[in-house]
Amino acid sequence: MSEMMTGAEMVVRALQDQGVEHLFGYPGGAVLPIYDAIFQQDKVKHVLVRHEQGAVHAAEGYARSGAGKVGCVLVTSGPGATNAVTGLTDALLDSIPLVVITGQVPTHLIGSDAFQECDTVGITRSCTKHNYLVKSIHDLPRVLHEAFYVAANGRPGPVVIDIPKDIQFATGTYSRPRDNQHKTYRPVVKGDLAKIKAAVELIAGAKKPIFYTGGGVINSGPQASALLRELARLTGYPVTSTLMGLGAFPAADKQWLGMLGMHGTYEANLAMHDCDVMINIGARFDDRITGRIDGFSPRSKKIHIDIDPSSINKTVKVDIGIVGDCAHVLEDMVRIWRETGAQTDKTALAAWWTQIEGWRGRKSLAYKQSDTIIKPQYAIERLYQLTKDRDPFITTEVGQHQMWAAQHFHFQEPNRWMTSGGLGTMGYGLPAAIGVQMKNPKALVIDIAGEASILMNMQEMSTAVQYRLPVKIFILNNEYMGMVRQWQELLHGGRYSESYSESLPDFVKLAEAYGGHGIRCDDPAKLDAAIMEMIETPKPVIFDCIVAKEENCFPMIPSGKAHNEMILPDFEGDTGQIIDAKGKQLV
Amino acid sequence: MSKPATHYPNAPKSQPSKRHTLAVIVDNEPGVLARIAGLFSGRGYNIESLTVSETEHEKHLSRITVVTSGTASVIDQIKAHLDRLVPVHRVVDLTEQGEAIERELALIKVVGKGEHRVEAMRLASAFGARTLDASLTSFVFELTGSTEEIERFIKMMTVVGLTEVSRTGIAAMSRGPEAM
Repeated sequence: MSEMMTGAEMVVRALQDQGVEHLFGYPGGAVLPIYDAIFQQDKVKHVLVRHEQGAVHAAEGYARSGAGKVGCVLVTSGPGATNAVTGLTDALLDSIPLVVITGQVPTHLIGSDAFQECDTVGITRSCTKHNYLVKSIHDLPRVLHEAFYVAANGRPGPVVIDIPKDIQFATGTYSRPRDNQHKTYRPVVKGDLAKIKAAVELIAGAKKPIFYTGGGVINSGPQASALLRELARLTGYPVTSTLMGLGAFPAADKQWLGMLGMHGTYEANLAMHDCDVMINIGARFDDRITGRIDGFSPRSKKIHIDIDPSSINKTVKVDIGIVGDCAHVLEDMVRIWRETGAQTDKTALAAWWTQIEGWRGRKSLAYKQSDTIIKPQYAIERLYQLTKDRDPFITTEVGQHQMWAAQHFHFQEPNRWMTSGGLGTMGYGLPAAIGVQMKNPKALVIDIAGEASILMNMQEMSTAVQYRLPVKIFILNNEYMGMVRQWQELLHGGRYSESYSESLPDFVKLAEAYGGHGIRCDDPAKLDAAIMEMIETPKPVIFDCIVAKEENCFPMIPSGKAHNEMILPDFEGDTGQIIDAKGKQLV
Repeated sequence: MSKPATHYPNAPKSQPSKRHTLAVIVDNEPGVLARIAGLFSGRGYNIESLTVSETEHEKHLSRITVVTSGTASVIDQIKAHLDRLVPVHRVVDLTEQGEAIERELALIKVVGKGEHRVEAMRLASAFGARTLDASLTSFVFELTGSTEEIERFIKMMTVVGLTEVSRTGIAAMSRGPEAM
């Protein structure tokens, strides 16, 4: 079916044809025709944010909580596009599928330094999976649909479509392409069977195995999580996950070791260090995970499943690299495991579990409780206990609170945990929570925040109020950029340069000023009641939880150290002496 | 030289660095060259030579020949990163397939009088260079050959009055019947 229509109408029609229900955006001169087309229909609902960065994070939250949905954004040229850049980079690093439409000055003005002109495709080339500048109305329908294909297939990522204003006004023929694909881009999803067979053999023969899973399992869809659980059950092997992969494997399962990496558990990191077969499923050996590379799991054979061929052998050499989508590869693995009647080494496995239980016994997430001040870990623990039966969705900002959330909030299902992992974007959590709530209107959505991070996109509170999105902002307020302060304690002699949160607003009044509800709590005895009040308030809430100021986030693999050199919470001594000169140069 | 792809020191980096010639078939669309050049600069890889031209007009396909150097693992990374770009169709490592044919073209302007002028002419004919332009005080030579030949020729010409060089960069193709 082809029809004549304007470019602006094509944009809206393509969004409808792609099944887009919500679009996050902010109008401006160069996208007025598209906004006019949005005004004249009601299939695609537009969500007006207060800053374009918020639009992109909201679309990320929307995509991540909706398993497989592409998040959509519409912003204007120039500042609209540049404000979106942080969100684009965030989505690229965390592999989140987005289509971001930017307005551009009319084609005849491109390159003239026109008002609100910027080289959007130039600026976003390195922070998108792909981008387009549409210079002809005839290309527009194809590009619009292709963008959705590129964003969602292979390793997902953000795609920008830059549309000059004259193209939005121009008239052309719209038709929806039959196959909805890119003409040549065909990422490999099925893994090489010979390699999968070899991997199954290696897995079955392992004496000290570990599954190290990541965001790829989440991105691959709920089926991948189900298959991971099945494979774990078949083998009885321990499972750990990166920050991005939390929820793919249930935290309540006894095979679960907790998160690994810089702030991961002792048992997860030591099991990684001492294992003989490591099965990496959809993770990428990030530096937050590996610690010192030459001390990383030195005696193991490594299997790596990743949809992105460039992730394999990037930082860590692996023995079997399988390019493919997690769900497809896991499906083959489980099938081959069953067909070949693979058996594990039960004796070796029992000994391995005994060793792991020994490490677990160190209780690396322990902390000293207090009757007088709220410990941040305790706050998260209570938040978890009081909300866990409500299937909550958790987003976070970036810093100590994010790590405490990852350690003390436990996830049983995928797509419940939205955090900025790769880029570490402060200000991510509130707009992401808005996106999550938009996708899941009935759900309990909580942004676990820090008092510094939340101020970076505080303006989105207004969006939450406008759309009656009852998101809960749970601020662990320690009056410091806590992670910066912790690193200054560890690396710079406790000289807390510019990391104190001076002149904080009164968050309770701030919530009220926006039309939300504010709660403050600084007493451990009153915390539960205050959290219940937050949960039961049917509108946006800012919860100002006053916590211990100089609490460190432990356990921690200090920079420049290996997995078996963790700092544990019962460390007593001079924290300033842990990291050597070389380690101090690292991030 | 490659940088270790990790924040952490003492990563294995003792592999020898080697020069590789890559042929990359891409959609000839706006920005594709910037995408490839940006990949190299953004990830800290070297470009020693780069040539681009549309080779199949009906299909709008261009062939990009990139000469780069790095350890075996860096070269693998470069290929993987190139290959996952949306407009890239194929990446072929010509160096991996055995000695490829590599040629570049150079235009060389020499200015001088008397004995230098005679010597320039003699060297040009010894190297098999063509004379594209001549005036009473100058020549412009064209030489096609391997990078090493061109380097040798330029070195010689420096002595007899070289003033300007323009080079195309390398075009390369594998030997034998196999096409990429």
